[in-house]
Amino acid sequence: MHDLTVAELAQGLASGQFSSVEIAQAFLARINTLDEQFNSFITVDEDATLAAARLADERRSKGTADALTGIPIAHKDIFCTEGMRTSCGSKMLDNFIPPYDATVIARFNAVGAVTLGKTNMDEFAMGSSNESSYYGAVRNPWDVTRVPGGSSGGSAAAVAAMLAPAATGTDTGGSIRQPAALCGITGLKPTYGRVSRLGMIAFASSLDQGGPMARSALDCAMLLNAMAGHDPKDSTSSAMPVEDYCAQLNTPLQGLRIGLPKEYFGDGLEATTGQRVQNALDELQALGATLVEVSLPHSQLTVPTYYVIAPAEASTNLSRFDGVRYGHRCAAPVDLHDLYTRTREEGFGDEVKRRILVGTYALSAGYYDAYYKKAQQVRRLIKEDFMQCFDSVDLIAGPTTPGPAFALGEKSNDPVSMYLEDVYTLAVNLAGLPALSMPAGLVGGLPVGIQLIGPHFAESRLLNVAHQFQQHTDWHRHTPEGTTGAIK
Amino acid sequence: MAWESVIGLEVHLQLATQSKIFSGSPTTFGAEPNTQASAVDLAMPGMLPVLNEMAVKSAVKFGLGIGARICRRSVFDRKNYFYPDLPKGYQISQFEQPIVGKGTFDIPMDDGSVRTIGITRAHLEEDAGKSLHEDFHGQTGIDLNRAGTPLLEIVTDPDIRTAAEAVAYLKALHSLVTYLGISDGNMAEGSMRCDINISLRQVGSETMGTRAEIKNVNSFRFVEKAIHHEIERQTDILEDGGSIVQETRLYDSDKDETRSMRSKEVANDYRYFPEPDLLPVVIDEAYIQAVADELPELPQEKRQRFVAQYALSSYDAAVLADNRELADYFETVTAACGDAKIAANWVQVELLGQLNRGELALRDSPVSAEDLGGLIARILDNSISGKIAKQVFEGMWQGEGSADDVIEARGLKQVSDSTELEAMVDAVIADNRQQVEQYLAADEAKRKKLVGFFVGQVMKISKGQANPKIVNELLASKLV
Repeated sequence: MHDLTVAELAQGLASGQFSSVEIAQAFLARINTLDEQFNSFITVDEDATLAAARLADERRSKGTADALTGIPIAHKDIFCTEGMRTSCGSKMLDNFIPPYDATVIARFNAVGAVTLGKTNMDEFAMGSSNESSYYGAVRNPWDVTRVPGGSSGGSAAAVAAMLAPAATGTDTGGSIRQPAALCGITGLKPTYGRVSRLGMIAFASSLDQGGPMARSALDCAMLLNAMAGHDPKDSTSSAMPVEDYCAQLNTPLQGLRIGLPKEYFGDGLEATTGQRVQNALDELQALGATLVEVSLPHSQLTVPTYYVIAPAEASTNLSRFDGVRYGHRCAAPVDLHDLYTRTREEGFGDEVKRRILVGTYALSAGYYDAYYKKAQQVRRLIKEDFMQCFDSVDLIAGPTTPGPAFALGEKSNDPVSMYLEDVYTLAVNLAGLPALSMPAGLVGGLPVGIQLIGPHFAESRLLNVAHQFQQHTDWHRHTPEGTTGAIK
Repeated sequence: MAWESVIGLEVHLQLATQSKIFSGSPTTFGAEPNTQASAVDLAMPGMLPVLNEMAVKSAVKFGLGIGARICRRSVFDRKNYFYPDLPKGYQISQFEQPIVGKGTFDIPMDDGSVRTIGITRAHLEEDAGKSLHEDFHGQTGIDLNRAGTPLLEIVTDPDIRTAAEAVAYLKALHSLVTYLGISDGNMAEGSMRCDINISLRQVGSETMGTRAEIKNVNSFRFVEKAIHHEIERQTDILEDGGSIVQETRLYDSDKDETRSMRSKEVANDYRYFPEPDLLPVVIDEAYIQAVADELPELPQEKRQRFVAQYALSSYDAAVLADNRELADYFETVTAACGDAKIAANWVQVELLGQLNRGELALRDSPVSAEDLGGLIARILDNSISGKIAKQVFEGMWQGEGSADDVIEARGLKQVSDSTELEAMVDAVIADNRQQVEQYLAADEAKRKKLVGFFVGQVMKISKGQANPKIVNELLASKLV
């Protein structure tokens, strides 16, 4: 049962083939036996999961089941869950039990989805390898000596290892797409404002966006149907009406114009990975799409721009973690200054501290104009590049990452090389666009992804293209060896 | 050397909204600590601010009230600093693009003249919580009830020259914001808190001296004292050839002095940047017009109308128009009695006197405006004299009923019956032969003075109830 997609599980539930409780038990059992080698979950509460599954079964017996009723979903530990520890991958929140649900969680609860547990992540979502988690690194199910990507690495690994049929993630600079690519699954970062940020612990407020991670575009569409929508408690959430994201999946691709930014196929891209992406593009062409070369001339400014804006926002978003009201507090502070400095020194890991320092510097008097303000100006140029492209193409495609998963420890002492891992994904967040990554093939037995980028609110189009691709290929059906069939 | 002080004020005005500026928590004063603090106010992880539309409306009202530019687009910023009663580690404020731009404010001075003070800007922000240092045995308690209370920070140009002008400005501001209904103006509860920027320069100089900022002064009287003290302090330094240090100072009302805050507390780099959790506030013409249509008559207009319509002095008009309730009270009294001058006098002298003595607010006055008008009407129709009226007012204040009730019950009705009065006049003439002779021997001018003695005697006999007009007539006819 664990190798079924969300859509297949939903069908089985609807036809009475199995119950929600049986599904939950199957996945909990897999987590128990297999997750030791991946470390993809931080918190699992079997009793709560089974209780929710029972409620879902009751709901189904009353005839009021929704598409996702009874489907277990793993949530990135950045989404606050009422009564369940929400750590954000940090020692700072190791003891934090929220008295509220994030809007995303509340929406899943409302349709009767079952929370399977909280997944591991880079501390405060800061990282591209999941090595910065207080709860230890996550390992890639395709090769446990390699990283799963980050920051939603726990979610990606859990779905790839079939410990969960689907998961939520958040994406500030590629944190859904990059781990999805490195773990061989499908992940969607929606348009900024499409999914509520309320209760999603903030990293960089103007860039953060929650989204689905699953084994197919169809599954992502089903999850997005539950997640998306206006939230009056998030001022940046969009009032645009929500579509049924499953409705356009079967639209043929004839006449679709796909732009290929020449900057995304240059020197930084590993040759074999580029080849897999090209193969996938050929497939899309065969399905009726036209490929057009386009240019995003400010691409080379993306990494520096992002690494000013994101740390700047993060540096103040993380000020609330001061040991006064919740979370970690140092032992026996002698005075206020001691309380602050020791609490934060002990509570935050190195990467978080690095970004707080960078961000604080970028906002400081005398540097603000040169860094933060300049970065915001460049951000506008980056966005305009995309807008210009979308005048002539329907979507943009390219690699999600420069190459497949790298080895644990390979980049953890070289922040700049780690930051370059996100070179193809950061611009999307700066421009607020929706983008999707799906498996495009294998490189040396490791998955790589193709990224599709759409205009604002074009989630349906991205899901449609991905679904059509997946109807005619089976890269998304490949699973890491050694886990498939480990329990049957 | 002659020094001139240059003063600018920053007033933090608490807006009287039902809920906080970025959360749904109530803003009631004096609740049990932390009972009015939601997850947003506590800055729990993942919580987001949502702007209270009433706070925006209040700011627009204020802007319109002083004829300032209402900015069509304003932006919230984060002001970053760590403090235990600042839960997020930043205050949401407005920095580069405030909601209210330049304006001017006319303030009535005690001598009846009007001073115009420039308003630099006014911006919206949230209040912090409170740190409580008592009762916690060496620890600090944090009360976040006040955290997130909406504030409008109103900044003047450096147009103020004296402590008296500063106080007049604050009084006029208090009057305006209570008229507009955007603040309760309760200074004791911290609804209006004032920062004073003050520097000295030689009279005639156009350049600014180095300023000191005195933080958080909470009453008109303390503002006056703090400014006096600071002018003295700076004068002493400059006269001795020293120079002023730009710094933040605290006014200690117990010692009546200002003292420097530790530099650690002021050496903050606030790292302002636009608040990414909130959208810019965009205000269109139609909205501004709709708010303008709701505005009441404002103190300045009312003062001018009182002078024109009721022929009041500008001083009386300023006192009566100072607060909306008092102005309404005055106009009701006038309508009931028909004489604005006497009404103005009674309201200012007797009514305000009684309220002050009893430490009562106008709304708690035991005498209604209609009843006071009724009392004045009895003076005007000669039922009682002005002197007796004060006794009647006393009775009304004690709850003895309307003017007519008190006059009836206390038997204070003026004696106008001429036979009764004639007997009294005859008795006075008979008992004061010497004065009568003096009177008869005097010329016209002296007689006018001397007749007062006889009137006084009649009043004494009548216990003040004799109608003075008739008494005068009788005396004139008998003293020949």
